[in-house]
Amino acid sequence: MARSNKAARNHTSYWASIGHRLSGLALAAFIPVHFYVLSLAANDTGALDGFLALADQPLFKIGEWGLVVLLVIHMSFGIRVLILEFLPWRHGKDGRTNLVWVGCIAALIIGVYFLVRAV
Amino acid sequence: MSTLKVKIWRGEEDGEFQSFEVPARENQTILDVVTEVQRQQEPGLSYRFACRVGVCGSCAMTVNGKPRWTCRTHINAVAKDGEITIEPLRNMPVIKDLTCDMTDFFQKWQKAGGTFKGTVTRKDKVVTIPPSSPKRQKADAGIECINCAVCYAACDTVNWDSEYLGPAALNRAWTLVNDERVGNQKEVLDKAIGDNGCSSCHSQGNCTASCPVGLSPSQSIHGLKRMSLLSFLGTEV
Amino acid sequence: MDRMLFVLQRLTALLLLPLIIGHLIVILYAVKGGLTSAEILARTQGSLWWGLFYGLFVVAVAIHAPIGLRNILKEWTPLSRVASGWLSLAFGLVLLWLGARAIQGVVL
Ligand code: SF4
Ligand code: SF4
Ligand code: FES
Repeated sequence: MARSNKAARNHTSYWASIGHRLSGLALAAFIPVHFYVLSLAANDTGALDGFLALADQPLFKIGEWGLVVLLVIHMSFGIRVLILEFLPWRHGKDGRTNLVWVGCIAALIIGVYFLVRAV
Repeated sequence: MSTLKVKIWRGEEDGEFQSFEVPARENQTILDVVTEVQRQQEPGLSYRFACRVGVCGSCAMTVNGKPRWTCRTHINAVAKDGEITIEPLRNMPVIKDLTCDMTDFFQKWQKAGGTFKGTVTRKDKVVTIPPSSPKRQKADAGIECINCAVCYAACDTVNWDSEYLGPAALNRAWTLVNDERVGNQKEVLDKAIGDNGCSSCHSQGNCTASCPVGLSPSQSIHGLKRMSLLSFLGTEV
Repeated sequence: MDRMLFVLQRLTALLLLPLIIGHLIVILYAVKGGLTSAEILARTQGSLWWGLFYGLFVVAVAIHAPIGLRNILKEWTPLSRVASGWLSLAFGLVLLWLGARAIQGVVL
C-alpha cells in the first residue's frame, strides 16, 4: 500500500530540493553533449560551425535558454543547501526558506537577460 | 447533530479503507474519533495510544496525507468538508489497521549511536553543566523528542532509501555529540556521519515541518553535516 | 564512503560557484549576435588561463555530477547502492574523457 504523504511535502523546502535534483539531472544529461560538440572543434571547425548554425534555430535558442536557467536554478538551490548546512542556524524554523525565492528570481532575471541578448 | 465521515485503513499492507460516520462534536481529537469508532462500531480496529496528552509518542498516524500525533490533533484543524482519512504511518510495515512495526525505526537509533554512555557512575559527584553553555543549548534544542516517528514517516529520503537512518535517530545523535556527559562522542559522531547517516539527507525539511513538538531535526542534521565537513578538513569541532 | 562523497560534492560545489558565474558571464557576453567557432576559438585557443579555467571546471563537474547521480539512482531506481556507485563512476569517467577532448578542441 502506498500511503499518501502529499500534505507533508507541500512546503517550499521540499519543492526546492526536488527542483535542485531535477535541474541537476537535466544538466548531467546535457553536459556530455555540450562537451562532445566542443570537441568537434579539435579536428573539424566545419562540424562545429555546422552545429552552431543549427543551434541558431529558434527551437535551439529556447533549449539553450532553458539550460542557462537550469544552471542558475541549480546553482542558487545549491547555495541554499550550502548556507543551510554550513552556517549555523539561528533557530529551528528560521527564515532561510526564503532563499528559495531569491534563487528563482535570480534564474528569472538571468534568463530574461539571456533572451534579450540572444535574440 | 452533524456527522463526520471517517475513512480508516483496515488490514495489512494489502487492505482497504473502511468508511465510518461518527457524530461531530465540539471538542474532539483524531484519537477520540478512532476510539469512538472502536468502542461503538468496530471493536476489531487496531491502533496505539497511551498518554493521550502528547507525551508518549505512540499515537501517530497519517491523517489526510500528513503524519500527525493524533491525540493532540483537533478535528477542526484537519477535517476537509467534514471528511477525514486515517492511515497508518508511512515508511514502516503495517502490522494491522493503524499500527505499524517500528522495529527498524528504533534499531536505527542504535545504528546512529543513540545509547547514552556516560563517563561517571552514580557514586561520583554530579557534574554541573551550565544551561547557558553553547553546547548544552544545542543539545537542549533537540532533546524533547517523544520518539513518535512522525518525522520519519514524513521524510521522503527514508521512503526512497530504506537504509537511511532518518531524522529522529540523527537528531538524537546530535544531542549526544553536544552533551558533555557523553563519553563516546567520537563513536556517535562517526556513526551519524557514516554510511546512511547525515550525508543522505537532502534538506527537504519535511521532518521539521511535521514534528509535533516543534523540534527541527533538519537543523540537527545540518549541524552533523557541518561537523562532518569541518572534521574532514581537520578543523576541531 | 557516503561521507567522503558528501564532502567531495560540497567542496566541488564551492569550487564550481565562481566557475559557473564566470561561465555565465562569458555566455551572456558571447551569445550576442550568434556564436561562431572562429569567435570561440579566437578567445580560447592557446590561452593558458582559459585552459586552466575550463580544466578545473571539467574536473569539478566530473566529480560533482556523478555523486548526485548516484543518489538519484540509489533512491529513484531499483539499482542497489553498489550498482549505483559503479554506474556513476563510469559516468564520471565519461565526463572526464569528453571534457578533456573538449578542452583539447577549444584550447589546444
Ligand atoms: S531534512 Fe533530511 S531528514 Fe528531514 S525530511 Fe528532509 S531528507 Fe528527511
Ligand atoms: S523529532 Fe519530532 S517528529 Fe521526530 S520522533 Fe521526535 S518528536 Fe517525533
Ligand atoms: S497518546 Fe501519547 S502522544 Fe498521543
